[in-house]
Amino acid sequence: MKIIVCVKQVPDTTEVKLDPVKGTLIREGVPSIINPDDKSGIEAALSLKDQYGAHVTVLTMGPPQADAALREALAMGCDEAILLTDRMFGGADTWATASTIAGALKTMEFDLIITGRQAIDGDTAQVGPQIAERLNLPQVSYVEEFKCEDGKLFLKRQFEDRYQELEVKLPALITTLSELNKPRYMTVGGVFDAYGEDKVKTISYQDIKDHVDVANIGLKGSPTRVFKSFTKSPKALGQFHDGVTTDQAVELIVSKLKEKFII
Amino acid sequence: MSANVLIYCEQRDAALQKVSLELIGKGKELADTLGQKVIAVLLGKNISGLAQELIDHGADEVIYADHDYLADYLTEPFTKAFSAILKEQDPEIVLIGATSIGRDLAPRTAARIHTGLTADCTALDIDPNTKGFLMTRPAFGGNIMATIICPDHKPQMATVRPGVMVVRKKEAHKGVIREFTVDFQPEDINVKILNTVKKSNKRKDITEAKILVSGGRGVGSGENFGALRSLAAALGAEISASRGAVDLEYVEKDRQVGQTGKTVRPDLYFAFGISGAIQHVAGMESSELIIAVNKDAEAQIFQYADLGIVGDLHKVIPKLVDALTAESST
Amino acid sequence: MDFNLSKEHKLAQELFKKFAEIEVKPLAEETDEKEEFPDSTVKKMAKIGLLGIPFPKEYHGAGGDNMAYAICVEELSKVCATTGVIVSAHTSLCSSPIYEFGTPAQKNKYLKKLATGEYLGAFGLTEPGAGTDSAMQTTTAVLDGDNYVLNGSKFFITNAGKADVYIIIAMTDKSKGTKGCSAFIVEKGYDGFSIGKKEKKMGIKGSATCELIFENCPVPKENLLSTPGSGFKIAMKTLDGGRIGIAAQALGIAQGAIDCTIAYVKERKQFGKRLSQFQNTQFQLADMQTKVDAARLLVYRAAKAKDSGAPYGAYAAMAKLFASETASDVTRRCVQLYGGYGYTREYPVERMMRDAKITEIYEGTSEVQKMVIAAALKVN
Repeated sequence: MKIIVCVKQVPDTTEVKLDPVKGTLIREGVPSIINPDDKSGIEAALSLKDQYGAHVTVLTMGPPQADAALREALAMGCDEAILLTDRMFGGADTWATASTIAGALKTMEFDLIITGRQAIDGDTAQVGPQIAERLNLPQVSYVEEFKCEDGKLFLKRQFEDRYQELEVKLPALITTLSELNKPRYMTVGGVFDAYGEDKVKTISYQDIKDHVDVANIGLKGSPTRVFKSFTKSPKALGQFHDGVTTDQAVELIVSKLKEKFII
Repeated sequence: MSANVLIYCEQRDAALQKVSLELIGKGKELADTLGQKVIAVLLGKNISGLAQELIDHGADEVIYADHDYLADYLTEPFTKAFSAILKEQDPEIVLIGATSIGRDLAPRTAARIHTGLTADCTALDIDPNTKGFLMTRPAFGGNIMATIICPDHKPQMATVRPGVMVVRKKEAHKGVIREFTVDFQPEDINVKILNTVKKSNKRKDITEAKILVSGGRGVGSGENFGALRSLAAALGAEISASRGAVDLEYVEKDRQVGQTGKTVRPDLYFAFGISGAIQHVAGMESSELIIAVNKDAEAQIFQYADLGIVGDLHKVIPKLVDALTAESST
Repeated sequence: MDFNLSKEHKLAQELFKKFAEIEVKPLAEETDEKEEFPDSTVKKMAKIGLLGIPFPKEYHGAGGDNMAYAICVEELSKVCATTGVIVSAHTSLCSSPIYEFGTPAQKNKYLKKLATGEYLGAFGLTEPGAGTDSAMQTTTAVLDGDNYVLNGSKFFITNAGKADVYIIIAMTDKSKGTKGCSAFIVEKGYDGFSIGKKEKKMGIKGSATCELIFENCPVPKENLLSTPGSGFKIAMKTLDGGRIGIAAQALGIAQGAIDCTIAYVKERKQFGKRLSQFQNTQFQLADMQTKVDAARLLVYRAAKAKDSGAPYGAYAAMAKLFASETASDVTRRCVQLYGGYGYTREYPVERMMRDAKITEIYEGTSEVQKMVIAAALKVN
């Protein structure tokens, strides 16, 4: 089985802080990580590899620095990595991103494509389904459990109030939730292999130009634009107590709860 | 020329999702600004009975498709039906609830009809000058808000976060109700539903809890969450957590509040040992009452708390539980 | 000179940090308190290759180097010095001599399983009467047919009882002094080989430190490492490498203490100010971090020298001397910055202070390191 996992390198948004004076994002020193849902996608692919044997390719679209995310995926056990990078891809929204990635996937062989549900920087959850549409593949998103038998996938698809147990024939695309699994650690051997020989293949627009129209990539190919961005202002300060004893603290909480008729 | 505001009205088991009514309310407002109509779309099996309710909540017209293939949600048949209706109607604006169904259907549909899509919006407006659609959403883990436009493609599509828009008062109205026939083929279904299991209410979902006792890294260990559980028990509350605590496996992932977890708005939210990273705050800031206890006086969480106390949660919680027990016995 | 870590070392460091934070740190307090060997952690470390970092893939190692190994011990020791020394003793004192001096058959039989962590390793040189003066060996090995028969005992042995394979130094020819020492690979379970009493220690309490007892213990002669008489040389070489591990452990303890202290002084208030706002706190921490950074450069230099095949004995001795004394100094000062709380077991710095002291003692005391350095300076 050939599996391709699409991942995104994202800033660790929990580490992002606001400049209290300027109200802007402090991006300096914020570590880049593999998007958590995507990492679960890698784990899902690797566990299929462990169980049935599979060739796992990890693919990302991004700037050259996204190479680091691919190395980490290789160190976890992926067999091959593809970096889709080109200035022409820059500024893409989800529609153009999906066009580009689908264009690259058309040049590759696969039975299963896995993407994370959504990235923590954009939170759109759009690229996975849009790739599926571009490749005319059946899709199952929000996958929280799955297994593979006789060339079919059996999946548990999460909804807010229920789950569905689904069967889908390959090839297909699934989007995974971080609830799906606990991604494995890299191995030390994997780390040294990842950088040992060159396992990362770089693909630019020239390599996929027969499969995606130049009008559908990058900023120019993006139907949406950012009109403006701004930061939220925190709400008015409530009561704040520093230097109170434990008993005073408890008293403050209890009287607040009484005031609001909670107790 | 494109016109009208089209709302995808999600139903499950022939019950409308609340977000559908919220979107009709917002859609009506937008349509009035543009001098256009609100068209509600219903897809399912035996759902035509819901149409009048949509009209009573503000829709001018309801288009429904009724078919066995639409009995339960599956991406491909729903996308086929919805895309066909969009092609026929050529709306100016399309709104879809940002539920796990909406966020599956919307991107696939947008890809098919080649237009832009803005995910998980929390504010929608019409630009007074260009009459363009302004779609505002949190980005970067809730750290910033971004307003997105889709200037050269129609429809302008957005998924909208449930619970943000307001449902219009129900009033008896007359409207057009029309069936749309979709030419389904067997190859439209490639995914088989083997079973549908509704979640039991045994453990309440944190988004439904009235009171949440939430802990962060500062709690220190999974065992230490025991104290929070005692407090939750005393208050009839549920346990929730920040991403930090979930990453360290203090509690399960379905308890996570924040941009990558769940958005909650309980009557009371306790934040114990939570620093208040913006991505966490994004998921709980609309709580009615926020009480935060943290050792660090400069923790961000205090900027959002109605009552903020610098203190040791390990000492405060047991005493608070005692105090609450004493209160309830008097 | 490049002071930055390479890409692979950075990625490896990320792995070690995350593993330490998630898997090791939560157990550190209990490991110390209960004096329990962290068996489950050792299994987890084996799984991701932490027990065979500097050995080639052909022997089932990670194909890494001593630099990565040092970073690993450092990161583990930041949160738990016990875990750090388990890896250090296993890698430097048991696997390394087999890798460096073993025959292909010995490597196939032992190194492969040590590198994957299927076996845990230990090393026995010290005796009740032969500590710093390690030439005073009394354990003997007498060739009898196909076996060497070992008699005697070894003291203060790290990983004792938990290890599957032991490198044991014993006298094969007493008349030749240090030139009469030989090194043997001894397996757990050999007849006449038993584990004696477990030491009650001040620090690194989770690490198993016991006596090894040999009573007419037959060791197959193919388990002789290198040639008869080369045991002392092997032991000294092994300790040179081991010092990189212990220096890295000391470095980790010191950095771990500083990291905890920085978090604490930002929170704790006295006289209406955060401790971090007092200049004394700032200067103390500035001074400590400078020393720790200097120690790190020494440790990394020694590891790099070993990786490049250059002589590294003096570098390793300097790294261990400076890093261990820094660890003792820094942890003591950190406890002081915490004040009364620092003296309680509620906070980890008292454990770190107890853990730090041993790094000045084992695998050559500070005084021994100075002898090694002085010898390199040719002032003896």
